[in-house]
Amino acid sequence: MFELNSVPKAKENYKATQNACKLCSPLGASVAYKGFKGCVPLIHGSQGCATYIRRYLISHYKEPIDIASSNFTEDATIFGGDENFKLAVLNIINQYKPEIIGIASTCLSETIGDDVSLFLHHFLEKHPEIDTDFVMASTPSYQGTHIDGFHEAVSSVVKRYAQKGLSQEHVNLFPGFVSTEDLRLLKEIMADFSLEHIMMPDYSESLDNPVWDTYHRIPEGGTAKEDVVKSGSAKASIEFGTILNKGKLSGRVKSKQLSNTGAQFLKNEMDVPLVNIPMPIGITQTDAFFEELKTLSGNEIPEKYTKQRGRLVDAYVDAHKYTFGKRAVVYGEEDFVVAMAAFLDEIGIELALVATGGESGMLENEIKKYCPENKDKVVVREGYDFESIRDWSLENKPDILIGHSKGYYIARELNIPIVRVGFPVHDRVGGQRIKHLGYSGTQELFDKVVNALIDHKQSISPVGYKYM
Amino acid sequence: MSNYLKDRESQILTKGNDAAEISCDKKSLAGSVSQRACVFCGSRVVLYPIADALHVIHGPVGCASYTWDIRGSLSSGPQLHRLSFTTDLKERDVVFGGEKKLYHALIELIDKHQPKAAFVFSTCIIGVIGDDVEAVCRQVTKEKGIDVIPVMSEGFNGTKKDGYKIACGALSKLVGTNNDYTPSKYSINILGDFNLAGELWILAEYYKKLGVEIISCMTGDGRVEQIRRAHKASLNVVQCSGSIMHLAKEMKEKYDIPFMKVSYFGIEDMSEALYEVAKFFKDDEMMAKARELVTNEISKLLPALQPYRQKLEGKKAAIYVGGAFKAISLVKALRLLGMKTVVVGSQTGNAEDYKLLKDLCDEGTIIVDDSNPNELSEFVKLTGANLFIGGVKERPIAHKLGLGFCDHNHERKEALAGYVGMMNFAKEVYASVTSPVWKFVK
Repeated sequence: MFELNSVPKAKENYKATQNACKLCSPLGASVAYKGFKGCVPLIHGSQGCATYIRRYLISHYKEPIDIASSNFTEDATIFGGDENFKLAVLNIINQYKPEIIGIASTCLSETIGDDVSLFLHHFLEKHPEIDTDFVMASTPSYQGTHIDGFHEAVSSVVKRYAQKGLSQEHVNLFPGFVSTEDLRLLKEIMADFSLEHIMMPDYSESLDNPVWDTYHRIPEGGTAKEDVVKSGSAKASIEFGTILNKGKLSGRVKSKQLSNTGAQFLKNEMDVPLVNIPMPIGITQTDAFFEELKTLSGNEIPEKYTKQRGRLVDAYVDAHKYTFGKRAVVYGEEDFVVAMAAFLDEIGIELALVATGGESGMLENEIKKYCPENKDKVVVREGYDFESIRDWSLENKPDILIGHSKGYYIARELNIPIVRVGFPVHDRVGGQRIKHLGYSGTQELFDKVVNALIDHKQSISPVGYKYM
Repeated sequence: MSNYLKDRESQILTKGNDAAEISCDKKSLAGSVSQRACVFCGSRVVLYPIADALHVIHGPVGCASYTWDIRGSLSSGPQLHRLSFTTDLKERDVVFGGEKKLYHALIELIDKHQPKAAFVFSTCIIGVIGDDVEAVCRQVTKEKGIDVIPVMSEGFNGTKKDGYKIACGALSKLVGTNNDYTPSKYSINILGDFNLAGELWILAEYYKKLGVEIISCMTGDGRVEQIRRAHKASLNVVQCSGSIMHLAKEMKEKYDIPFMKVSYFGIEDMSEALYEVAKFFKDDEMMAKARELVTNEISKLLPALQPYRQKLEGKKAAIYVGGAFKAISLVKALRLLGMKTVVVGSQTGNAEDYKLLKDLCDEGTIIVDDSNPNELSEFVKLTGANLFIGGVKERPIAHKLGLGFCDHNHERKEALAGYVGMMNFAKEVYASVTSPVWKFVK
């Protein structure tokens, strides 16, 4: 029973979240599961979890995205979700005939203590005829953000399939939550280095399909489980991101043990060497990535990329005055924000505010590490929401916003440009086709940032100049 | 139709082939990938447009993130409804309870935003962790002097429809709390319009011409103060009946305010609505004004629709929307454009709605309750539909399969109500169905 006198007068740091700059964990898990061949995600919770997440993803990817739900009822909540879970599994198998059902738990199923592994065990005992595989990720929305759900699902798939073996020539690539265009670019780069690779996850096709003649219950694409098996015998893993799933620990009281990411698991359990670098956005970080590829493949960097790099440097030079000293607010997922900030740092942008809804406790360090020009003055905020970003911006008057669609209202209020990057892009077409990575992705971002600044200057100018 | 889940077969029928009535009002089948959301969603959409109230979502972050600014419900004044507030519970709150966070969040947000009332939505785990939300709401009401209303909308506790009912319960706590108001001779409440793309303002113009005062709209462009005096109206005019009928019935019992069901989509239903209201007030002058309005509008609209009709004649449409009453209007509106409805379904229709639909539709039309992507995609292929009318989740199904699409969901940016709405509807359908891009899809 709530009693007022039990409420402490001065609350320690607690503020309500206003316009959250994060999503919940099962969303990230659903995206990751879509990156494995023949996998249908199943969210073990209320119907709304699956439907809201579908709607959110569809608005970005503009694709049919089928995510099943075990559709909890009141009875399931009181007596456990066992029956609903089993019914859901049977109906998914009947409808989709999936290779894998990727299960993501929810706040509800975790709070009532559903033991999905046990449900599965009983279920498979009764149904020996079922040849569908099951992967289970623990993703209650009260732990971390969607990024943590993403890493958890990838890790669950790797743990389920990877087999230790003699080290082979192929490498594993753990790209993190990037766009479908980024994934296609990475595949092209790996091919150009003649590096056989296993991408985990790879939703470059399954979340960005061509038009269809008939409905594809499970879209093509995704990394096959046979390939994930081989990830245990890879020459090395490259994992983008340095913060990864560390945000999952915030607010924890039960187990303070952090689960491994897929790449960490392969390193710890199967001795696959791990190279951990930020997402390759900007010249410095892309150079670092290409150096790794050079080492791993034993091949020189293909001329295609040295030329791309050369043109990018040329573009930086041509437009350096437009970006220098411009004060930017950058927001989004932690690893993405680190990479984006590192790129902006090298083109002379002042990082006025770097903000995230995540709470790893590591962001400030990472930003300072990868943003040498800004390290002494940058303001970094974790656990931030959009109203805090707005309040900060109204006071500090930045020149540009760089992040996903949800910051648009702040840019509009301040009458400053916004460059849409990352996820979600709900108010433009082509969010899934934004290229962020590599020299060519950086080139596109750079042009967008410069042109946004020029466009703004032009539109507020009393003189309609037709040249720069 | 062997491709459908066995347990779903009773919720699908083809007019002319199946004698039995469609089964509906059921929980969604686990694993079926229903297009429905949950109880919370039902409550949230109904209360969302109340623009000067604080809408706080008590629970972990997801439910608030996914419902931030997602309806096209416009407000002529405050915009508080377009912000997303949550207690953002973490594991420690799940273990030790979230009441204190809720209390502090409410105090902080009420101080910051000065709302006229607050709604506190409980999401899935709130009941399970034992938070006494009602007690916190009572306490804050006492401290801050505004109504802080608990909305016990745990997602698992029924279907989206049950969420509607819970939202109606919350509204009814506000209705009747202001007696200091004298309505004009002819006054109504508009129930079940959410002012999507400014549709309420179109209707308000019509009612003004008839000399009818709108005391409150629940909940489009909604204001707490107007809802408080809603019981002073002579009549409740109910649109989206599935979502708000509970309130209309309660106001009938409690305040003896009669209600009528109307729809504002399409020429027939729009005109019928105005005539019915005029008939209710038994005022010849009002009826004459209604006739004049309808005649004026139709004489402009019909010729304007003609070129669109010529291009659309004989095309086939599939409809899958939230409420079945809307689907009924759409079938008629499509007929006006020369189009035939070959598939029609809804997330939350009831037996009465489906009976009306069955009577209205042509032989061979597929009627479906609580459908999913697999069924819908199969139906449109089977029937050779050229157009799909639905929401965000149906759009990619249509586009992937090469069908035109018209957004009739709560996110839409085009007003589709009233006579001008019928024109917009024709333009949108025409733009999508006759676009040259389809030639690359086949």
